Amino acid sequence: MLAAARCIVYRDLLLAMRRRSDVATALLFFVIVASLFPLGVGAEPNLLRSIAPGVIWVAALLSSMLSLGRLFASDHADGTLEQILLGAAPLGVVVAAKALAHWLVSGMPLVLIAPVLALQYDLPGSLYGVLALSLLLGTPVLSLIGAIGAALTLGLRGGGVLLSLLVLPLYVPVLIMGAGSVELAAAGQGGQGQLLLLAAMLVVAAAFAPWAIAAALRISSE
Amino acid sequence: MKWFWYASPETFYPLAGKIARGCGIAAAVLMLAGLYVGFLVAPTDAQQGEAYRIIFIHVPAAWMSMFLYVVMAFWAALGLAFNTRLSGMMASALAPTGALFTFIALWTGALWGRPTWGAYWVWDARLTSELILLFLYLGFMALQAAIDDPRRADRAGAVLAIVGVVNIPIIYYSVQWWNTLHQGASVSLTRAPSMAATMLTGMVLMALAFWAYSIAAALVRVRCIILERQ
Repeated sequence: MLAAARCIVYRDLLLAMRRRSDVATALLFFVIVASLFPLGVGAEPNLLRSIAPGVIWVAALLSSMLSLGRLFASDHADGTLEQILLGAAPLGVVVAAKALAHWLVSGMPLVLIAPVLALQYDLPGSLYGVLALSLLLGTPVLSLIGAIGAALTLGLRGGGVLLSLLVLPLYVPVLIMGAGSVELAAAGQGGQGQLLLLAAMLVVAAAFAPWAIAAALRISSE
Repeated sequence: MKWFWYASPETFYPLAGKIARGCGIAAAVLMLAGLYVGFLVAPTDAQQGEAYRIIFIHVPAAWMSMFLYVVMAFWAALGLAFNTRLSGMMASALAPTGALFTFIALWTGALWGRPTWGAYWVWDARLTSELILLFLYLGFMALQAAIDDPRRADRAGAVLAIVGVVNIPIIYYSVQWWNTLHQGASVSLTRAPSMAATMLTGMVLMALAFWAYSIAAALVRVRCIILERQ
């Protein structure tokens, strides 16, 4: 079972490395969206400091959503998905592994690059840790919830827009807690409560989302 | 008891027609009575003046918006578990009514908020979560509309409805969990209501009217869906 999971993660990472530009595009999108806000709302340092957590989190949300469409689409197109569905490995484990691979490719780079964006927004250095930690706990939840939407919209016309319509409302709690933790830490109240809630969301999503993804994939590929 | 007798769309169709007619008439009568009590009999509120009268529509609509989502998720889960055709049809018939009530709750809330809070909209936990509920309803309908095969549409919608049901307790308890501008409940089953008896009567009448309307609207719609598919 674990061997199957490891194999899927390795395979998806290998595929991502073969098409490096796809990974870079999502990351670049994240950086560009975050860079647009100072140009749009004005470069007043106090304003930037107060909107930084929200902007970085919204950019992370959009960027992680952008790459969701590819999560199952290529496997669906070349028939790998049917082999996975027929295979002996439990589907829940396989989809959890796919969500993990998606996070490693699309979520992990955001966590690493977020401090650089925080620098652009003149966020105090003491908050970098909280920001990175909130993204570290929150982005896997985005991958897990997003995978449900990706599985449901697999092979539909207009799937991309529909996917965002389904997934974004479900992302809202993660956004509130993630951005809230940094804002509370900036106000000197410590963001531990929000971070713990994010961790709780991650645990719940990791436990239940694979079931929903598996059920949705079975429905979509009937 | 033959529980599954009416699970077949063919046998359910005439029954739905009868219930829809009865509930439609009940809804009209109750709504007239509720509006009469609410707008003409109930006394003016000491703090909020006449503006409070919008609660006769706002509160029952907000109740129904949450309750209908739970009912929809229940039918969706039943459809996934037993693979009955009617369950999926019921879920998709309930969604537009639920979305309507969510929209009414938000709209009347905005109209009430303007004179009372001084703003049409505030980013308060309950308002935000109710807005998310509206998006969930719309997402559910959009997903079903995008899938051509009705069986797949039912089942895919069911998974989405069950995932989204997480939001309902968040809306319901948001007033207690966070310090919100939105006030707490004035009516509960366990303690005496904190409002005049006529106000409560008006609200209960309107709530019953909305119940009856929801049942009637959903059943009329499910009849259309049955006709469409068979």
